[in-house]
Amino acid sequence: MSKNNERYALLINYEFCTGCHSCETACKVENNLTHGQWGIKVAQDGPRKLENGKFEFIHVPIPTSLCNLCEDRVNKGKLPSCVQHCQAAVMSFGPVEELAEKISKPQMVIFTPV
Amino acid sequence: MAYEISEYYQKHKGESQWQDGEYTCTRTTMWTGPGCHNGCGVVYYTKNGKVEKVEGDPYNPFNLGKLCMRCLNYVEAASSPERLKWPLKRVGERGENKWERISWDEAYDLIVKEVRRIQSKYGPESIVAMEGTGRNVIWQVPYLCYAGFGSPNFTLGFLSGESCSMPRLVTEAVIQGDFSFGDYSAHFPDRYDNPTWKVPGVILIWGQNAIISNPDSSLGHWIVECMKRGSKLIVVDPMLTWLAAKADYWLQVRPGTDAALAMAMNDVIIKEDLYDHDFVEKWTVGFDEFAERVATMPAERAAEITWVPKDIIEGAARLFAKADGAATTWGVSVDMAVAGVSAAHAITGLWSITGNLDKPGGQSIIQYAYDLGMAYDYGLEILSEEVKAKRIGNELPLKQTGYGATAHSDTLLKQIENGGNPYPIKMFWFQSTNPIANMGAEAPRIYKAIKSTEFNVVVDLFMTPTAVACADLVLPCAMSSERWSNRNWWMPLAGIRKVAEYEEAKSDEQLILELGKRLNPEMFPWKDDKEWNDWIIKEQGSKAGITYDQLNDMIYSYDHFEYYRYEKGLLRRDGLPGFNTLSGKVELKIGLFESWGLDPLPWYQEPPESPYSTPELFKKYPLILTTGHRSWEFFHSEHRQLKLNREFHPDPLIKINPETAAKYGIKEGDWVWVENYRGRFKQKVKFEELHPLVVNAEHGWWFPEMEGAEPTLFGVFDSNSNNLTTMCQNGPTGYGAPYKNQLCKIYKVTEENSKILPSEQVTKLGGFNYVYK
Repeated sequence: MSKNNERYALLINYEFCTGCHSCETACKVENNLTHGQWGIKVAQDGPRKLENGKFEFIHVPIPTSLCNLCEDRVNKGKLPSCVQHCQAAVMSFGPVEELAEKISKPQMVIFTPV
Repeated sequence: MAYEISEYYQKHKGESQWQDGEYTCTRTTMWTGPGCHNGCGVVYYTKNGKVEKVEGDPYNPFNLGKLCMRCLNYVEAASSPERLKWPLKRVGERGENKWERISWDEAYDLIVKEVRRIQSKYGPESIVAMEGTGRNVIWQVPYLCYAGFGSPNFTLGFLSGESCSMPRLVTEAVIQGDFSFGDYSAHFPDRYDNPTWKVPGVILIWGQNAIISNPDSSLGHWIVECMKRGSKLIVVDPMLTWLAAKADYWLQVRPGTDAALAMAMNDVIIKEDLYDHDFVEKWTVGFDEFAERVATMPAERAAEITWVPKDIIEGAARLFAKADGAATTWGVSVDMAVAGVSAAHAITGLWSITGNLDKPGGQSIIQYAYDLGMAYDYGLEILSEEVKAKRIGNELPLKQTGYGATAHSDTLLKQIENGGNPYPIKMFWFQSTNPIANMGAEAPRIYKAIKSTEFNVVVDLFMTPTAVACADLVLPCAMSSERWSNRNWWMPLAGIRKVAEYEEAKSDEQLILELGKRLNPEMFPWKDDKEWNDWIIKEQGSKAGITYDQLNDMIYSYDHFEYYRYEKGLLRRDGLPGFNTLSGKVELKIGLFESWGLDPLPWYQEPPESPYSTPELFKKYPLILTTGHRSWEFFHSEHRQLKLNREFHPDPLIKINPETAAKYGIKEGDWVWVENYRGRFKQKVKFEELHPLVVNAEHGWWFPEMEGAEPTLFGVFDSNSNNLTTMCQNGPTGYGAPYKNQLCKIYKVTEENSKILPSEQVTKLGGFNYVYK
């Protein structure tokens, strides 16, 4: 997607993604996706015990090729539905450059699905 | 990451309704059914009287625009063709699932006729009204029971030992005079930005996967917000949840031994002199006796009982005591043991002796906003003392003295089974409860009991197994978007606005009002549900100084909140400093318990069936069964009709340690039978990080896609973990029951061992082959 010739993206702070499925559900409902189809899908790693005794338990929501960054919503001045409804508030939407400046800590990722 | 509010919503800030093309948008509160205990802010997009879209309301401080799967998929639920549409009267036998449509007037006439007959022949107390987990029926059904039927027997759908919240709530009430919740800034409209609030240094999560669970007290993701701001976690859970994986201390407790663990943590804190001397001296009574009692449970002993290593118990206790603000979130696991009240007592001790009560980032004392607390006792005062004394379980001192208005489910069951002594039970009114699918421990026994009466009414959203099994009349209930209502739990006080209609479904208020007018018109003077709500807001909640219409326009209203109210005389009716207890202090030794001849100090008791209390049984059933943990997709027995939710979660799952599974030749994805001497059920295996001797089964499963008529009965007993739990094993207060700590064995499902499924076994063949004591 581009608005003012800027590329838009999703920034995800996956340290705090709880795997709640709200993004997946919000997307399916918003885009009327059929059974088995996903605009965003949460991947999971763990729980695994690390050598230091701590646990790895990570979720990362991954936008698929069906993600259009909620173009219709965004054109109306709304956030993509996954971003608005993310229960852990770990998703941001904006121009790639702006989001890149927000990368301030480990366990963050930017997706540019469109 | 900050909360972003889109330009679109900024444009509509302050509006409760606006037009967006062909849609009318309405900001209000969602509060069941279906759903959960929370009251999230939503924006409904409606067209032609139907909700077509639901979004989170970014301006509602409760959920800040976020929604979970269940509200996001609300439209599928509300427009489901399987919803009950109009009153249905049974034709044919109970269990045949044959019905004819009748009018509401015919339905009301039939109910009035039966109620009058039963009232005059057996007495009004022969009518029992029940609801499931209290939510948006929390005050309506009790009022119908007391004011409409004239019966004192309002109860929760055969919930053994009232073991959902009630043990924790009554324990807090007798110890500290009020309820309390972990302080995640919920009482401030500006939430995390409020200058008087402080991020908890540590959050103790006890027996709850808070982010999935949905209690009335908090949204689990508030904890995640605190984690982002630096809160550390201590998690007590048999299973490695996401929160446990992120914790500084994960206490992998043996199910049902929470009281021992909490006692030991208190002991560590006291022995190592980490308690708050100033608070303990000024504001508590019974500390010495409390200290002496918890000293009987040193960490070494607790480690043997709970299977949590000693150094973990000690480390967690130290972290809790030394934290700058320790908040606690606890779940039904605390209640669901015979020692539930004692566990709650000891956990209350933890935050009390560390001086965390009513301080920023600690344990917030919560009172209802504007004192508008409507609950199970709404209307109870209408009944005469003579009738009140007939309440089932009234001999329990906590009931007699007003700590808990409900009739006691276990005693009710025994009364039915003993042939109706001291009086028979002749009618059940079930409103939003499905006790054989959920809630009632020992489901097959409950099935028999609900069939034993002369007349039963079920009010619900969908045709349920309970309705098919025993209802003579089924009435359709409105969903959240189809009702004028209010949410008056804690904060904020919120309006619930009607924006849609579905066929002939009626709101709980409207239905009860119309019936009440026919039964006892004097007590039901309001014109309609809206007027009843208006009366409640104006009369009961007069401190708010608003009308119901104003509340709906405001959407929600926050009452004033401040910390350290016990120092300022703001907690007690008499205006004196202190807590709202008889002594005015936090009663570490509970004076009321002592006067009733109950142990006033915390104690530990093994679960009635366990590796240690019944070693012979453990040889036969070598695994501990814990049940009832929540999933993102469902709330108890709800939501199984919804295709989207089932896409995420098609089958009931039993969580097993891979090591244990290997021992029994079981792979992930296999179906297994879970069995003890009470019965069996089947679920599909999912591997999880659990203690190798503990398995964790889901609850609430029935299959709306299966045949409704008996013997199948929507397969309600096939995967029902309550085939293995038991009624009537309560703690000495009558509260607490071993839902989450039973013994079982597991084996693979084969064609050979599945010729007769549990539903057929129960409905057609007289039940499982065991005799309960």
